[in-house]
Amino acid sequence: MSLMKDFTNGLFNENPIFRLTLGTCPFLAVTTSVENAIGMGAAAMFVLVCSNFLVSLLRNLIPSEVRIPCYIVIIAAFVTLVDMVMAAYTPDLHKALGIFIPLIVVNCIILGRAEGFANRNPVLNSVIDGIGMGIGFTLAMLLLATFREILGNGTWLNINILGDAYTNQPLLIAILAPGAFILLGFILGVFNIMGNRKGGRR
Amino acid sequence: MNAAVMLSALMAAPDAGGSGFDIGRMMAIIFAAVFVNNFVLSRFLGICPFLGVSKQLDSAIGMGAAVIFVLAMAALGCWVVYYLLLVPMGLGYLSTLTFILIIAALVQLVEMILLKYSPGLYRALGIYLPLITTNCAVLGVAVLNIGERYSLGESIVNAIAAGIGFTLALILMAGLRQKLEMADVPPALQGKPIAFLIAGIMSIAFLGFAGMGG
Repeated sequence: MSLMKDFTNGLFNENPIFRLTLGTCPFLAVTTSVENAIGMGAAAMFVLVCSNFLVSLLRNLIPSEVRIPCYIVIIAAFVTLVDMVMAAYTPDLHKALGIFIPLIVVNCIILGRAEGFANRNPVLNSVIDGIGMGIGFTLAMLLLATFREILGNGTWLNINILGDAYTNQPLLIAILAPGAFILLGFILGVFNIMGNRKGGRR
Repeated sequence: MNAAVMLSALMAAPDAGGSGFDIGRMMAIIFAAVFVNNFVLSRFLGICPFLGVSKQLDSAIGMGAAVIFVLAMAALGCWVVYYLLLVPMGLGYLSTLTFILIIAALVQLVEMILLKYSPGLYRALGIYLPLITTNCAVLGVAVLNIGERYSLGESIVNAIAAGIGFTLALILMAGLRQKLEMADVPPALQGKPIAFLIAGIMSIAFLGFAGMGG
């Protein structure tokens, strides 16, 4: 029961993007297409699950004074691993994500979960929390990427859905930097309205 | 490693660095980093402090100064370690891990210096100072400098210019948000959402520079 709670926590109640506004940098940068969003989500989730696992496993061994540097080294090691694997097997995606793969190291979500959850919870719960948070992050990216790719390119996962007439002259700004800020602003606004309704009933 | 070897390594490290100090190239790097590829508004680096510390003008300026300093030091430290230590030893793949450790140590240093010489600023920056470690702009500039094969001088110039671009966006944002306190914002958009909308509009303005830098 408690495992289920740890899992859904990351999906809704503490969704890293919409609730906590953590990890916005890669979130805004890689949501230009659904494909990039899925790739980034998978990479971040792998690092999140692995680092949560190791941090939780070592939580009684790491002295609390030096815990942050230890966590950073653990995270950086897994990020390096992901970086090399992606460069070898998915070179196009690796190129599209660019510097945001090494920057997974400084993604606040991952350090935040290591510090806020994994260092005081058992291994299994921490892994589940990592999966939940990873899926929450990926779903949030998918949502924004869906809006941006459809509006800015007329496609979804490279499938043309709005027809050639639109694809020839799309709303390009949705794919450029301003589109990310503005669309995220509106999505957060919608989440606020939903949150207020829920709170009002209570 | 003796001094002569180190010096030659320093000179030879980036192949595409060009020879000597090219003022035109430097100006291009500065203009690109401050305006065309503004770190916050077009590269999406350093969004967390951008939203977190932009509520007041004073702390925005302090944060900007701290970030410029850390960026320049980090660019110097990472460049030297990468080309003098990692590359000769064939450990280029450890760059991410090494860079983040260098940055974490640097931030600790800046924190101690500020605490001693400017306690007021230290208190104003509060929790955001340790957060510079996880400011993606700092690691981002280190990774970019290596990726673009900049020479040592170009790396530092690029880092300082990136910091100035970050500070510029932060100060503009802080000014706008101070005005915003008087404005009648719809309840649903109060707080973060309106900040993102404003950032988007600022980003459109900065998009205008894209045609100029080439």
